[in-house]
Amino acid sequence: MAAEEGKVDPMHQFTIEPLFGTEKLLDFDGINLAFTNSAMWMAITTVLLTVFVAGGLKRELVPGRWQMAVEFFTGFIDDMLEANVGKEGRKYVPYIFSLFMFILFANLLGLMPLGVIGVHPFTFTSHFTVTGVLAIISFAIVLVVGFWKHGFKFFSLFVPHGTPLPMVPAIALIEFFSFLIRPFSLALRLFVAMMAGHVLLKVLSSFVIDGINAGVGIAALVSIPSFALMIAISALEILVAGIQAYVFALLTSLYINDAEHLH
Amino acid sequence: MEAEAAKLIGAGLAAIGAGMAAIGVGNVFGSFLESALRNPGAADGQQGRLFIGFAAAELLGLLAFVVAMILIFVA
Repeated sequence: MAAEEGKVDPMHQFTIEPLFGTEKLLDFDGINLAFTNSAMWMAITTVLLTVFVAGGLKRELVPGRWQMAVEFFTGFIDDMLEANVGKEGRKYVPYIFSLFMFILFANLLGLMPLGVIGVHPFTFTSHFTVTGVLAIISFAIVLVVGFWKHGFKFFSLFVPHGTPLPMVPAIALIEFFSFLIRPFSLALRLFVAMMAGHVLLKVLSSFVIDGINAGVGIAALVSIPSFALMIAISALEILVAGIQAYVFALLTSLYINDAEHLH
Repeated sequence: MEAEAAKLIGAGLAAIGAGMAAIGVGNVFGSFLESALRNPGAADGQQGRLFIGFAAAELLGLLAFVVAMILIFVA
């Protein structure tokens, strides 16, 4: 469905555009590797995250506000891995911390009202390609750790303890598919949650704009309630941004627990 | 029925799935609060499980959204 003239197209915000001209930056067998807006916002997220963490590395005995903020997040991830994986979980803190903070910063940056100064933030976590790669990294770590630690005993993951013998083939098949579906559900959850929220905000904003264009009466009836709802939904989206980052990190740590301890 | 109309009706019907997921998510948090108020001491230890339940319930609602998006933009 193409956007009609004068309407807000809710999907336009997800368009990936090459920056600095459309010519190919590097050409590998016809694959265009131009520097896109998605790549630029990933770079911005990485820089902000690095600055945030570097500011908290002063290791003062009495921490300042910044150091407290960074230590809150590292402690949060450390506790999560301790609770879900146990003491073997410590060695995954760097990965889970990077994953959580990267997704959190990306989600929050995408919600920033930078449009008022003309910079339109691009939420790259609303793209399946990006979340898919993050999920594949998590899944690959689970596979590598599982086979490294347990060898072929890792396949006993598909047969939980105490399964009656006649049920083993069916349970093993179901567990096998639920295992294989994990990276998809992990990636799909984050990408759809972020996309749904941004589409909702854009649809509401089109109500506000169309209502104002249609006259004073309709503006009072439609635009003002829509605008109030937009503010509320924006607050909800900030919550969702945090929850989705947390859920991604939590599920990754649970899957790592499966790989470390089997069942 | 026109194919385009059928797609849009299907996309609208997919919104039922989002409502169902709302029931599910409400159930997860409602049950958590109900039992957390009975035993506040044990509540903090169950927060991980709370969010796992939330994630599972939410995913199925998001799948309904995916179905709607596929019907409108892809199919």
